[in-house]
Amino acid sequence: MRQQPVLEVRGIRKEFPGVVALDGVDFRLFPGEVHALLGENGAGKSTLIKVLTGVHPADGGEVVLAGDRVRIAGPLQAQQAGISTVYQEVNLCPNLSVAENIFIGREPRRFGLIDWAGMRRRAAELVRELDLDIDVSTPLNSHSIAVQQLVAIVRAVDLSAKVLILDEPTSSLDRDEVRRLFAVMRRLRDQGVAILFVTHFLDQIYEICDRMTVLRNGRLEGEYLINELNQVQLVSRMIGAELAGLDRLGGGKRSERTAPADGAVFLEADGLTRRGAVEPYDLAIRSGEVIGLAGLLGSGRTEAARLLFGADQSDGGTLRIEGAKTALRGPRDAIAHGIAFCSENRKTEGLVGELTVRENIVLALQASRGWTRPLSRTVQEQYALRWIRALDIRPDNPEALVRNLSGGNQQKVLLARWLITDPKLLILDEPTRGIDIGAKAEIQKLVANLADDGMAVLFISAELEEVLRLSHRVGVLRDHRMVAQLDNDGELTPEHVMATIASGADR
Amino acid sequence: MSTATATAASPVKAVIRSRLFWPAAVLTVLLVANLAFTPDFFSVHLQGGHLYGSLIDILHFGAPLILVSLGMTLVIATGGIDLSVGSTVAISGALACLHISDSSDPGSVGTVLTALGIALGAALVLGTVNGVLVARVGVQPIIATLILMVAGRGVAQLITDGQIITVTSDPFKLIGGGYWLTMPFAILLSALVVLATVLLTRFTALGLLLESVGGNPVASRLVGIRAMRLVGLVYVFSALCAALAGLMVSSNVSAADGNNAGLWIELDAILAVVLGGTSLNGGRFSIGGTVLGALIIQTLSTTVYTIGIPPETTLVFKAFVVIAVCLIQSPVFRAKLAARGTRTRRTTRSHAAGPTNREVGA
Repeated sequence: MRQQPVLEVRGIRKEFPGVVALDGVDFRLFPGEVHALLGENGAGKSTLIKVLTGVHPADGGEVVLAGDRVRIAGPLQAQQAGISTVYQEVNLCPNLSVAENIFIGREPRRFGLIDWAGMRRRAAELVRELDLDIDVSTPLNSHSIAVQQLVAIVRAVDLSAKVLILDEPTSSLDRDEVRRLFAVMRRLRDQGVAILFVTHFLDQIYEICDRMTVLRNGRLEGEYLINELNQVQLVSRMIGAELAGLDRLGGGKRSERTAPADGAVFLEADGLTRRGAVEPYDLAIRSGEVIGLAGLLGSGRTEAARLLFGADQSDGGTLRIEGAKTALRGPRDAIAHGIAFCSENRKTEGLVGELTVRENIVLALQASRGWTRPLSRTVQEQYALRWIRALDIRPDNPEALVRNLSGGNQQKVLLARWLITDPKLLILDEPTRGIDIGAKAEIQKLVANLADDGMAVLFISAELEEVLRLSHRVGVLRDHRMVAQLDNDGELTPEHVMATIASGADR
Repeated sequence: MSTATATAASPVKAVIRSRLFWPAAVLTVLLVANLAFTPDFFSVHLQGGHLYGSLIDILHFGAPLILVSLGMTLVIATGGIDLSVGSTVAISGALACLHISDSSDPGSVGTVLTALGIALGAALVLGTVNGVLVARVGVQPIIATLILMVAGRGVAQLITDGQIITVTSDPFKLIGGGYWLTMPFAILLSALVVLATVLLTRFTALGLLLESVGGNPVASRLVGIRAMRLVGLVYVFSALCAALAGLMVSSNVSAADGNNAGLWIELDAILAVVLGGTSLNGGRFSIGGTVLGALIIQTLSTTVYTIGIPPETTLVFKAFVVIAVCLIQSPVFRAKLAARGTRTRRTTRSHAAGPTNREVGA
C-alpha cells in the first residue's frame, strides 16, 4: 500500500521426493526493512530461500521482483537481479584466499587478466568497512567459522544487493560479532536494501527486525509487524498450538539439576592435552551427570571433547574409563567403550547426505556390529520409525534422503543414530545450534531424561542459559584452557559464567 | 502430524525413477537399433550343444569388462578409482600362460589350477599395494593406481619377455573360450562373480558401510567404521576381478600379450560404472547398473562391427554415442530439455533463462 514491495512471491509451491516443502506460500519484502522469516525446523524457511535464490526451481507460483514477474533460473541470475544470500552453512571455497572468495565469479580484470593486486586492495577495503581485521590474502580455511561467515556477508554485501538474504548468519557468531553484523545490517537497511533475516534467536528478531513472516509445515501462517506479536504469541504461531506446550520452553528446569549426581565416575581425564588444540585439563564425568562446557567459539570446547572421543589423539595426560586407564586410538575404541559424539558440523562430520534417514540412523550401530552381522531391514525400520516418532523427525519417512531434511531434523537424525547405540557417555557439541525453539526444548528435555536414566552427558553450547538449565557442573574454557569448573548449585547465573569466561581475557 | 505429504507415485513413475531405468532403456534402444541392420540379431540357436547368436556374443565378449567394472564399482563407491586394472589383466594372463607353457603337462587340470593360483595370488599382491598406498599412506587413488598402470604394463612385458606366449591347454581354454551347460563358460563365471558380489554387499552390511565411507569419509570415521580397512579391501577385490578378466582374455585367445591385453579396459570400466549410475564422487553404487553399463559398451563395440562403420571412425562414433547416453542419463539435462520443450510451446520468445530475459506475466 504505502510502497511497492521489492520482492513478492505468490502461491509458491515446491515438492521434493516424498515431501511438500512449500505449499502455496505468499511472501513480500519491502525496501529498507529487515524482515524476519520464522518457523520451526522443516517449516520451509530454507526451501523458500533456495527458491528465491534460484537454487531450487519452484514447482508453482510466481516471483515478482521490482514489479516484473521473473523466473530465477539459478544463483547467478539471482545475484545479477540483486538477490544475494548468505547461508547458514558457509558456502565458500575454503582453499581459496579471503579476497578470492569475496570476488569469485566477478574478479576485477585488467587487459582480460585478473587484477590480483586490485582485487586484494578492494577486498581489504570491504573488510575494513565491516570493521573486521582479516588478512584478505590468507586462505579462508585458516579462519574460524565465524570469520568465514562474515566473509560471506562481505561478499554478499558487495554484490550491490537490492535484497540481502541472511540465513541463520548469527548461529555461529559471538555477541561482539553479532553486534557488528547488526550495525552493518542497519546501515544497509537505511540505504534501502531489503534484508530477509532468518534466525532462531527470538531476542535478535525483536532487536533488529521490522516485520516478520511465519511459516508452518510448508504453509504461510501469517505476516506481522514486529510489535503486533510478543514472544509468546510468536512462538505459539510457530508451533501452531495456541500457547500449548509453552511450559516446556520455560526455564524452571534448573532446580532439578542442582542435586549432585551420585553415580560412579565413568570417565576421568587427567591433564589430557593436545598441542595447539587444548591445554592440559582435568575432567571427571559421573554416570547420570550432565557436564556443560561453556566458552566462546574457538575456545577449545570442541577440541577438548574430541580428545575424549578419540577423534583426535591426545599427546599428553591420561584418560580413565570406568576406572581403567585407556588410550583411545580412534573413535572406534571410544564407541566400544560406550562413548558417543554428535559433532557440531553435522553436514561434514555427521551425516551421509545421500543415504536415507534409516541408513543414517543405524550407521553407528551397524559399524560397531561389523559388516558380517547386518541389522535386518525390519530391525532397521523399527529403529528408524521409533526414533522418527520419538524425536518428531519430519518428514516421518525413513526412506527420505537426509540431505533433503532441514537442519534441525538432521540434528535429530544424528542424535537418534547415537541413542540407538545406547551409550554410557553422550557428547553433544552444539546440538541445538540453528534449531528452532520447539526442537531445542525437545532436545533439552531428552538430555535431561537421559541423564536421569543414568547416562553421562557432556553438553557443549554457546548458549549459557541452556548450559545452566541442563548441567550439574559447568566447565569454562577460554583460549584453549579449562579455566574453571563451576558447580551449578542454583546460585550460578549466566552473568557469573560470562564473567569467568571474560576474566583475565585480553579484550 | 507429519509435514510430509507423501507423493503417491504411480507404478510407471516408480519404474522411471528407478536407478536402472535409463541404463536399461539405452541398452534396449541399442539392441533394437541393431535389429534394423541385422534382422536375425535377436536369434539364438543351439548348434552342437552350444548356444550361438549375437546376444550370446555380447555377453561372452563383455564378460571380462563386466568383471573389471564390478571391481571398479566398489572402488568408485568409496570415492576412489583404480587405473591399474588393465595392467593387472595383462600381468595375470601373462603369469598364467607362462606357467602353462613352461609346464611339462600343459593340458592337465593341476597345471591350470596352479596357473590360476599364481595369477590370482599376484593380483592379491598388486591389489594390496594399491590398497596400502591409498588407504594407509594416503596417496590420491588416481596417482596411486597410475603407478601400477604404467609400471604393471612393463612388468607384464618382462614376464612374457616381450613376446606373445601361446599355450595349448584344454582346461585353460575353458575359462574364456569354452562352453559349459550350452553356455560360454565366461558368461557363467562372470554371472557367478556378479551374483556373489551382490550377495556380499547387499545381504551383509558391507554395501551400506562402503556407501557411507564414499559418501562422507570424515563422518564414517566418527561413527567407527573401519574405513581404512574397507578402502584397502576394495582395491584388492578390484585387482582380483581384473585378474579373473585377464585369465578370460588370455584363455579366449590361448595367448598372453603383455602389450595389448586389457589395454584401456580401465577407461571402459570407469565408463561402464558411470553409465550404470554410480557417481564418481563415491557413495551410492549400483552393481546392476554397472552390468548394464558394461553391456552397453560391449553392444556398442559389436554394433560398430555389424553395421560396418569404417574402423578409423569407430572411436568417433563411440564417443558420440557415449556423450548422448551420458546426457540422456543426466537428470539436469533432461529437466532442461523438458523445460525448453514446454517453454517453446508456451511462448515463441527467447528461450534463454534468467531475470535478464523477463517473461511477460501470463
